[in-house]
Amino acid sequence: MDPIVVGVELRNLSRRFGDFHAVDGVDLSIREGELLVLLGPSGCGKTTLLRMIAGLERPTSGEIFIGGERVDADVPPRARGIAMVFQSYALYPHRTVAQNIAFPLEASGMPRSQIADKVRWAAEMFGIARYLERYPRQLSGGERQRVALCRALVRDPKVFLLDEPLANLDAKLRNTARDELKRFQRRIQRTTVYVTHDQVEAMGLGDRIAVMDHGKVRQIGTPQEVYEDPVDTFVATFVGQPPMNLVEVRDPALPPGTLLGFRPEHFLPQGHFASGEPTQVFCFAVRRVEYLGSDRYVYGSVAEQGFGEATVIAKLPAIVATPIPEGEALEFAVPRKALRYFDAATGARREGGRGP
Amino acid sequence: MKRAGLYAAAAGFMLFAGFPFYWMLLTAFKQNRDLYVGAFDTRHVPWIFNDPPTLEHVRLLFGQTEFPRWVLNTLVVVVAVVVITVVVAVPAGYSLARLTGRWGERLGMGIFFTYLIPPTLLFIPFSRVVALLGLQNSLGALILVYPTITIPFCTWLVMGFVRSVPWDIEEQAMIDGYSRLAVIMKVAPRLIVPGILTVVVFSFTLVMQEFVYALTFLSSVDKMTVSLGVPIALVRGDVYHWGALMAAALVISIPLAIIYNLFIDRFIQGFTMGAVKG
Repeated sequence: MDPIVVGVELRNLSRRFGDFHAVDGVDLSIREGELLVLLGPSGCGKTTLLRMIAGLERPTSGEIFIGGERVDADVPPRARGIAMVFQSYALYPHRTVAQNIAFPLEASGMPRSQIADKVRWAAEMFGIARYLERYPRQLSGGERQRVALCRALVRDPKVFLLDEPLANLDAKLRNTARDELKRFQRRIQRTTVYVTHDQVEAMGLGDRIAVMDHGKVRQIGTPQEVYEDPVDTFVATFVGQPPMNLVEVRDPALPPGTLLGFRPEHFLPQGHFASGEPTQVFCFAVRRVEYLGSDRYVYGSVAEQGFGEATVIAKLPAIVATPIPEGEALEFAVPRKALRYFDAATGARREGGRGP
Repeated sequence: MKRAGLYAAAAGFMLFAGFPFYWMLLTAFKQNRDLYVGAFDTRHVPWIFNDPPTLEHVRLLFGQTEFPRWVLNTLVVVVAVVVITVVVAVPAGYSLARLTGRWGERLGMGIFFTYLIPPTLLFIPFSRVVALLGLQNSLGALILVYPTITIPFCTWLVMGFVRSVPWDIEEQAMIDGYSRLAVIMKVAPRLIVPGILTVVVFSFTLVMQEFVYALTFLSSVDKMTVSLGVPIALVRGDVYHWGALMAAALVISIPLAIIYNLFIDRFIQGFTMGAVKG
């Protein structure tokens, strides 16, 4: 019936630790070949969710299907057809790189000659063939990460599970590693679940992103959907750097308790917009300007009739050359199509009124 | 300059540590004439051989005492206690760290507290148990009693050590195709080798130096361990056979010093790892 082949499916999955709901009734359908990113702040349950898919954690309730097969109850990790890369890479310290990569193959009883071939193939794919005789402690962070990926790759799994594999790398290396990871995933076309708390990583890598908070999936969608159309204020402020501005609106045309949301990069000096473009104009009291080279972040507040007092941030790209004097009030505006409305009490998105 | 100070300090410590060995060596091979000199003879230099060295004391030790027997007894007790301790404490420490969750912590504390009970409190119950089992005046008594000291401490030690070894690696092995049991049998032991070595060294040390329990439970000279036999049997009235005594200490301590130097790095790692990373 379903035209989409499902790689991993979770149905009403929950995990409780005592009174704490680490994962709370998650339904998630991960398509075959897709890279899904589980994004959320630490403690949101994303790692627990991943560990349940891996079989390292038992669900309190709910079902897990991998490749259409139900695995939640008694299928041990080794029989789930998965490979996992831990944040620490979990390399066997007393084994060489070659022995590390060969480990899952040895465990499956593959003949020795075949193992050697496969190890070499995988190592060449990641450009670590010359390190095969070294021990993990003799490698750099980036090299260790590649060894861990190699070891996952040779298992030929149905699903890759990656738990913040870039978190231990330094910032410079992280960009290259991210690109490498994406290319690798495109090449092998294998279902991948990727856990991270870094929204830049999530946006850059994910085919789709599932934003999690307090054990629940708040929103699932492409990076663009999640960024442009957040379903609630949590997603709106968690995704995006700096986060989406939220300003309370006091307008009789709108239901009481409405929050107006707009991205900092849409919040520009009014003169920047063509005169015909429908905009919402604010009086922006500038407090401080941060010069970041490619952008300027302008911190300040909007407070005028019809709006509650709120701190907002404007992100001006370098091409907007308007001088912004600190301590003055300026006319800033947001294009109407970039405005989003939320319920102040629940945080949920409101599709209702298109502005005053 | 700083370096020179460091070397001077190191040299000082080396002298401090090495001097007892030198004194043992001297005493063990000195003739009695050279050894027992009145304090009033100011021309006598005590730290060199004034008379040619002699093997007289060594001959006395090996020929006229049960010394070889004591060494053998000690070896028997050491091997038995080390084996028992490793077999019990390593799996216990591992499971307390890995498998029982919150209860592991409490049990671990409980076990550590039992280690803190002073041995003197336990003489009476122990002698009852030893008598009940018919182990009076036999090495069996020591093999029974020593593990009560080594097991709690070593369990606690292994527990701390296992905690410092990331669980990730074992989980990784489970994903890579091992069952939980296979991980415990094949992967985990390799990861905790320094911890296991620490257990071996600790039990070994304890058995080598223990005196009070041995004194309590052993009475025949031919059943004694080295730590008991040497001070007990090498004395006539209140006069010690210093030469033979030092020869005994020397024979025992040199192999020990060599073994310790081989393992010292691992030993320190075992003791400190839990503390640093825990």
